[in-house]
Amino acid sequence: MITEFGKIFAFFTTAILFVIIVYIVSKIIRPARPTYEKLTTYECGENPQGSPWVKFNIRFYVIALIFLIFDVEVVLLLPWAMVYKEYGLLGFSIGAIFLILLGLGMAYEWRKGDLEWARPKPVPPVLKKTNLTKIELLPVEENVTP
Amino acid sequence: MGLLDKQFEDSNIIITTLDDLLNWSRLSSVWQLHFGLACCAIEMMAASASHYDFDRFGVIPRPSPRQADIIIISGTVTLKMGIRIKRLFEQMANPKYIISMGSCSNCGGPYWQHGYSVLKGIDRVIPVDVYVPGCPPRPEALLEGLLKLREKIRNESLAKKKL
Repeated sequence: MITEFGKIFAFFTTAILFVIIVYIVSKIIRPARPTYEKLTTYECGENPQGSPWVKFNIRFYVIALIFLIFDVEVVLLLPWAMVYKEYGLLGFSIGAIFLILLGLGMAYEWRKGDLEWARPKPVPPVLKKTNLTKIELLPVEENVTP
Repeated sequence: MGLLDKQFEDSNIIITTLDDLLNWSRLSSVWQLHFGLACCAIEMMAASASHYDFDRFGVIPRPSPRQADIIIISGTVTLKMGIRIKRLFEQMANPKYIISMGSCSNCGGPYWQHGYSVLKGIDRVIPVDVYVPGCPPRPEALLEGLLKLREKIRNESLAKKKL
């Protein structure tokens, strides 16, 4: 009798074998005539220009992270919303803690100004004043001809 | 070296049977390049839509020429576009077929005499398999052209062509 894991194993084996067989069959059948045009990048018929490694603004990264928070939130909240009534107060409080944590994160981002596209005030790092009273100047060489 | 290179010297029963299988499978899934040029493209879309239903012949628009088997030149080919079409055709994987749809791509159509920017027939750039006349051709006409192309694919052989 095949177990449940055995079924998954059979599934994976079939998938891998299928891909290998298709590769071999297409290798047998297809004519291979690579040309320069065929091997170039497909740009809708245009000449490929520039590098695909384009620099993106780092703020997209923050936006993507914020999006990810809500994305995961929705994914986790949907099954919770289906069953939380069966678990009573415990189920509700677990979901509430989760939501409060995410809300705190949201408030933090908001406070830090990550939801604004143009950062309102870029704050440069403040250097602490030191207690140096006497500053030694380096000796200046005189009569230096350039 | 693939079977479709057509390098077999003679056609015996194995090759002809394999012919039938390969041709049947190829003509049953002629994927077209997702590519429209002018007003003929509207008719091509109508042919792809539910009323005429190209999908029943296995004609599915593909976004990349690497996956496409046919390209339907649907409309006026300007000189600038001719270069692009040439490249798109070169980028398609062999074996590849071309349906020239409408008078413009057949011969220049209404732009034959005074269209200074129009290519006078796409067959000056790439080899055409089926010409579909009309300005623009109705979806039935394009369907007929596709059936002709299927006939062409059906009659191909793996054996070397006798000169």
